[in-house]
Amino acid sequence: MDEMQEIIKNYVIKEYVEDDTELTYDTPLISGGIVDSFSMVSLKRFLENKYSISIPDDRATPEAFDSVNKICALVREFVK
Amino acid sequence: MSNIGSYDERVNNFNWDIAEKELDFKPGNMINIGWYCSDRICRMGKSGKTALIWEGSAGNEKRYTYDDLRLNSNTIGHFLRSLGIMPGERVCLFMDKIPELYIGFLGILKMGAIAQPLFSAFGDESLFVRLDNAQTTAIITQKKHAPKVRKIMDKMPYLKHMIIVDADPGKPLPEREVAFDMERAEKIDRFELHPTYAETASVLHYTSGTTGQPKGVKHVHYSLISQYLTAKWVLDLQESDIYWCTADPGWVTGTSYGIMGAFSNGVTQCVLDAGFSADNWYRFIEKHKVSMWYSAPTAIRSLMKAGDEVIKKYDLSTLRHLASVGEPLNSEAVIWSEKVFGKPFLDTYWQTETGSIMITNFPGMKIKPGSMGKPFPGITATVIDAETFEPFAEPGKIGLIAIRPGWPSMMRTYWNNETTYQNKFRNGWYLPGDRSSIDKEGYFWFVGRDDDVINTGGHLVSPFEVESALLEHPAVAESAVVAKPDFVNMEVVKAFVTLKPGFTGSKDLDLDIMNFVRKKLSPLAMPQEIEFIDNLPKTRSGKIMRRILHAKEWGEEIGDTSTLEND
Repeated sequence: MDEMQEIIKNYVIKEYVEDDTELTYDTPLISGGIVDSFSMVSLKRFLENKYSISIPDDRATPEAFDSVNKICALVREFVK
Repeated sequence: MSNIGSYDERVNNFNWDIAEKELDFKPGNMINIGWYCSDRICRMGKSGKTALIWEGSAGNEKRYTYDDLRLNSNTIGHFLRSLGIMPGERVCLFMDKIPELYIGFLGILKMGAIAQPLFSAFGDESLFVRLDNAQTTAIITQKKHAPKVRKIMDKMPYLKHMIIVDADPGKPLPEREVAFDMERAEKIDRFELHPTYAETASVLHYTSGTTGQPKGVKHVHYSLISQYLTAKWVLDLQESDIYWCTADPGWVTGTSYGIMGAFSNGVTQCVLDAGFSADNWYRFIEKHKVSMWYSAPTAIRSLMKAGDEVIKKYDLSTLRHLASVGEPLNSEAVIWSEKVFGKPFLDTYWQTETGSIMITNFPGMKIKPGSMGKPFPGITATVIDAETFEPFAEPGKIGLIAIRPGWPSMMRTYWNNETTYQNKFRNGWYLPGDRSSIDKEGYFWFVGRDDDVINTGGHLVSPFEVESALLEHPAVAESAVVAKPDFVNMEVVKAFVTLKPGFTGSKDLDLDIMNFVRKKLSPLAMPQEIEFIDNLPKTRSGKIMRRILHAKEWGEEIGDTSTLEND
């Protein structure tokens, strides 16, 4: 467990989970229907604001956003 | 051989009684969509045929035969009746694409109530205005969506029941809430249908306009005549097909062709209740040997974006026929699908109010990529002058799409809004609100909407609704919402916002406003971009000039600015 994983997981729970669904770092977010393709835009914006990065649109794919761990891997590519 | 055969022959010899005869319906007799989609198929000797293959996001699968459809819809109908729900009352379906949604729809219709499907991603405000307008008596939902309903329950004394299909066993529920487990409920084999007739209300779907609140589009049981025949001739549903309609029944395609058109034709259909990913979609087609695929331009463009390499991992050779709906399908997507799937996606044009396909490309017809195709047999459609409301005499001119009323699935009214309904007609034509032209060969070519409604991913979003939500955010003083071009979704929501004193535009505020609208309305309505500006363009009388902002986004001429207020 690292800080980034926790921050992103907690943000997803706060913003996108409506009931008491438990979330792990590998829970499918997009294919699991927790975050839809329209809402991905706000999740991307959060990551960009939080980590002062810019994620190119062609890298913000449903596959790259499909779990907390995958998001962390993507973010780390852009964090200086 | 396709079901339609020769398009020209069908046009010349068309009468809606073709469908009536095939469905053994005689004018004046009872007609109940729930019965036609389940019991009738069983009576045809197909009770053991698979009707629905459902797959969840975890890959879990459930299968239902037509007899299962019959029994379970009887059971739901019986349960609703036992709660005291009366024919004609509105019962909302607020669920993900789970089996209870599809079968519950049929059960509601069997007991004579009106099915009111709503998109499960709607936020509490979007949900409330639609339930309030319909004065909905009951809502069927899942425990994951129940908190949104509970949030507004106190404002809805008319909502007598919240039915939860996956409630935790043994866990007590608050007042007005009740559990119903379709799988475990005692099955009702013999169910007395409510006597519904051609003009009995069946479905209430909500759609958005430029101004005012969303409109409830009222359909009747006779709509099945259109849905059955268009599904047969346009989607070309055949006995051996495995059919996949990717639409959510929270929207009209998901009911007209994801339930009514499919089941009344006795076809096997599959449903994927999972978020989008190219890999997962192709895997699904391969696994279930999908042969007829009805999808949307947004999904098709997302697949294009995912590239061609991923396609090579899967055997998609079962695909026989592809069609698309929701917004105009661009020619590049048609050409791409021909290249990668060996067949083009055929564009179909219709809307919530028409209830069934109006203008379309047919199997066997010469396809002009980017064109909407030609009117369905029995549909008189043309393009009229926006000033005179008369059809153009010569081809190529851009005007309003106009359809002669009278087809079976035409909406009967807007719920509690007859004036707006009447305003949809001019000079004897129904006006869907879109512009197009017709070429020399009679093909229609879509140009755009005739109003400010935003078509994002095939769903209509009212700028008025988003602007109203924005004004409830503590930082927002004024707002104007327009469409912004987008490769995947055709259009997305863009908001121009002025801030109240003490607030400054920032990235964090931008995100806060986005999330505020998303939760209040829906992810579709969330502005994908927010621009903070000092002043909105207004007329001298103070009306916000949305068209100036729209023109700026689309790189168009701003036009007449003589009424623009001077700063």
